[in-house]
Amino acid sequence: MTEAAITRFIYHEARLLDEKRWDEWYELFTEDGHYWVPLTRDQPDADLHTSLAYEDKLLLRLRIERLRRRPPSQHPQSWSQHILQAPEIEADTGDTLRTRTAFHYAEARGDSTQMYTGVVWHDLVREAGLLRIRLKRVDLLNCDAALPSIQLFL
Amino acid sequence: MNRYRDDPAAIRALVRDDAVHRDVYIDAGIFHLEMQRLWARTWIYVGHTSQVPNPGDYITCDLAAEPVLMIRQADQSVRVLRNRCAHKGAKIVADWSGNAGRFLRCPYHNWSYRTDGSIAAIPLRQGYEGTGLNQSEAAQGLRPVATEIYRGFVFARLSKDGPDLRAYFGESLSSIDYMVDRSPEGEMEIAGGVLRYMHDSNWKMFVENLNDSMHPMAAHESSAGAAKELWRDQPADAPKPMAIEQLVPFVSNYDFFDKMGERVFDNGHSYSGVNFSIHSAYAAVPDYEAAMIRTYGEARANDILGTVRHNTVYYPSLTIKGAIQTIRVVRPIAVDRTLIESWSFRLKGAPDIFFKRNITYTRLINSPMSVVGHDDQHCYRLLQEGLAAGSNEWVNLQRNYRPEERGTHDLTTNGLSEIPMRNQFRAWANLMSVA
Repeated sequence: MTEAAITRFIYHEARLLDEKRWDEWYELFTEDGHYWVPLTRDQPDADLHTSLAYEDKLLLRLRIERLRRRPPSQHPQSWSQHILQAPEIEADTGDTLRTRTAFHYAEARGDSTQMYTGVVWHDLVREAGLLRIRLKRVDLLNCDAALPSIQLFL
Repeated sequence: MNRYRDDPAAIRALVRDDAVHRDVYIDAGIFHLEMQRLWARTWIYVGHTSQVPNPGDYITCDLAAEPVLMIRQADQSVRVLRNRCAHKGAKIVADWSGNAGRFLRCPYHNWSYRTDGSIAAIPLRQGYEGTGLNQSEAAQGLRPVATEIYRGFVFARLSKDGPDLRAYFGESLSSIDYMVDRSPEGEMEIAGGVLRYMHDSNWKMFVENLNDSMHPMAAHESSAGAAKELWRDQPADAPKPMAIEQLVPFVSNYDFFDKMGERVFDNGHSYSGVNFSIHSAYAAVPDYEAAMIRTYGEARANDILGTVRHNTVYYPSLTIKGAIQTIRVVRPIAVDRTLIESWSFRLKGAPDIFFKRNITYTRLINSPMSVVGHDDQHCYRLLQEGLAAGSNEWVNLQRNYRPEERGTHDLTTNGLSEIPMRNQFRAWANLMSVA
């Protein structure tokens, strides 16, 4: 698999979120896949330390189903935009690889827009010639700040 | 211009037996008076002694919008000081936590202080000869704040005079006992980080919501209802993931929440979940229960484990959830801006499963990315905006109102009653109408 294909995959993943194609996005994750937004820098784990989010596929499904119901807090709706730097391949063992991608993220709702930046790490596995996500870890620059509601997926 | 400052009758008129005027939530002058008259005169939660284990260890925070620091002394006592240099007023400590060693030093002109707040050194002190510095306000160093500790919980009272801590909280302190006694060693420690969630609404909207048993089935239908549906096709005896175990009870029916019960005390304190709560049905942990019986004996151990109060409100600053050892701390910033901190405790001598429950719960419910928190926060904001509407200036708190509830000191009622809010506003009016 070429570096260009890996880059395309990372861009595609962000685009699915910005276009609210959540079912397709959900399918990118392996069955044991996780989406993780740590609360502190260099946080070792999510079991015995609080995180902003740490979701297995059940919880991702829950988040998607809730958004589909247009919950109270989605009036008006939120919209997101990811701006990604080119991903860098940090490790590649053949079956698995890790990428590092610096990002800007904006989430708009009504008259207000929140801006975030940070680094997203993807642990990817190759399955039948396709890439899937085992872990998406989003290290927010201001992870320990007092934050308002962040309603969509970073 | 603050039209309420010199008008106690006008303040009293904001609180009726079964309603409150909108100004208590949206008037900036009322907010400033609340800081001076309500927050400064009550016992406000600062932190937990486990956050400052060694001499010189400190944490900082704002109490009633005033900067303070809590610091461990060489004799192991814990003091709360105003975080303000005696000289020109700079905050002495800017970090959230750290160790000061033996001295706190202002970075601006190097005035330094002992950990008890007294002045240790001033550069070129001869410059003050003959100026009367010793008689000045500055000579008193970092001013201490009245401090009391209850089972590791450190509270401060900014005003010089007022009731002591036990008189102020009374029987509501039993909720802290029931939380701490869930440790077979009778002790807890802060662990796992703090979630800091900024709310664009008045502090009372959050505090009232903690004992509002009528909202979960409405506001949380989208999240807990979705969780219930995702789990619907599973057999009844399938082991529940922790997230399902915790989320689904939020959409229990009205009858469940009504039978939970509410209990209210003097000074605005209360708890929901007198008889049981949404935390009652978590899986048992047999080894731990055996350890609890060894420590406390069977009767007391069963009493502790069978007490699963939902939220206890220590009015106005602290709310605790004893059954899973989390607390939420209220830090008002402005009339429409409130910081909510969620802290987790580890029970000493208990297996990790309890801490994992705690971590899972607080992430699912209290994080700025929580699907449950989003809807609460949104509803508070709707209140903040909706109250600007004219013609009806009153917020209705009439559900299950009974005239005979006035003047009671310790009352248990049905769970859906709005009595916790009425009880909070009675305490509010008493403090706010005294200059």
